[in-house]
Amino acid sequence: MTDEPRPYTLIAELTYRCPLRCVYCSNPLELDRHRRELDTETWLRVLAEAEELGVVQVSLTGGEPCVRGDLEDIVAGARRLDLYTNLATSGVPLPRARLERLREAGLDNVQISIQDVAADASDEIAGLVSFERKLEAARTAKQIGFPLTLNFVLHRGNLRRVAEIIALAESLDADRLELANSQYVGWALLNRAVLLPTREQLDEARRVAAAARERLKGRMEVLFVTPDYYAEFPKACMDGWGRRFILISPDGLVLPCHAAHTIPGISFENVRDRALGDVWRSSSSFARFRGEDWMAEPCRSCERRTVDFGGCRCQAFLLTGSAAVTDPVCSLSPHHGIIESARAEARAVTAAPLVYRTMKAGT
Amino acid sequence: MISSASRPQLAAKARLRRDRRTDRLMILYPEKGMELSPTAAEIVRLCTGENTVAEIVERLGASYTTADRATIEREVLDLLNALADRCLIEERS
Repeated sequence: MTDEPRPYTLIAELTYRCPLRCVYCSNPLELDRHRRELDTETWLRVLAEAEELGVVQVSLTGGEPCVRGDLEDIVAGARRLDLYTNLATSGVPLPRARLERLREAGLDNVQISIQDVAADASDEIAGLVSFERKLEAARTAKQIGFPLTLNFVLHRGNLRRVAEIIALAESLDADRLELANSQYVGWALLNRAVLLPTREQLDEARRVAAAARERLKGRMEVLFVTPDYYAEFPKACMDGWGRRFILISPDGLVLPCHAAHTIPGISFENVRDRALGDVWRSSSSFARFRGEDWMAEPCRSCERRTVDFGGCRCQAFLLTGSAAVTDPVCSLSPHHGIIESARAEARAVTAAPLVYRTMKAGT
Repeated sequence: MISSASRPQLAAKARLRRDRRTDRLMILYPEKGMELSPTAAEIVRLCTGENTVAEIVERLGASYTTADRATIEREVLDLLNALADRCLIEERS
């Protein structure tokens, strides 16, 4: 791969609507601003324009993509373009007939998120009685021949149950298991005091996951994603701003990541007004944090600047008020004290009320 | 473990696609993609679940006269086992 920006993946957030209200949802807080969803025809045009730019994968996500009645049409459109399609769903609502239609439309992979290994704990995080329906959707997906990814978001409340989570994934015959620690943007930041684990809790879960990865090699892929807050250096968020990914919000904004539109002062284009290739190549929004010119110290002279690209711009903004500084999770950041305080808080706080996701923030 | 008698095939979650930019074959799978070298592409394309590894080596041997059979077989097995570890290639059951 050369370093010329080229999108490989389109993340299609088909809607922000979702029957679940997960306390760590990564959708932005002000969901109500983005209610005017793109229609089928526009999505089909976006897929074609994305494929022309080099995109080979489409992640159909949200919100809950299954609340859209035209999901099959969008899948079929992607398939006609020979794009690999992954459906990221909560499994609610996803009855057998729908799964069969999606299979027929050419969907490649079904990814179902489950919140925990037992109904009460899972439903508490989701804010909806949904655990049994998720298991049913997972079983049905496998029965009709889909490859199945299960996604569990990890946090202080369920980290100690990683072994049971792995056993559940095995019993459901998952092809792939994502053990993804919550990242503290969106709704998760509001609930950080309850969700952020201690380093010991995290290390123990990582050890269990690593043993399972070895044991299940060749049968089930096991991924473990560390929370940024416990990394020494930031992750290469989205493989760099405007470098490999394009995300389209439900209302048509063309974004480098799922939270970029929460950064003030950047004007994002809409696919209703402008062709995707044009936005990718020549918009000021995609140019804003591309490459290295925007970087200040300590990134500017750091040898890791081409490895992690300065980390997450949204996290930098959320924690410091400026999106143009080094991601505070970096141990070299002058703002790293914010992360250290949060880690210390994780040792102290034992209980706090949960804030559930709603379409109208603050109401 | 893929051996000489195995009949390897692409895993259900993986799909092949020719890249419009590089004209190389890619394996696509959830959230990832891997560009294959021309040799790797030729091997993976023969993983239909019908051919044994021995047969795949025969087919390749016909087009690569310089390498001896044992070398080709070792290289094919290395590639297929690496892909099997990532759950991209599986033995037909």
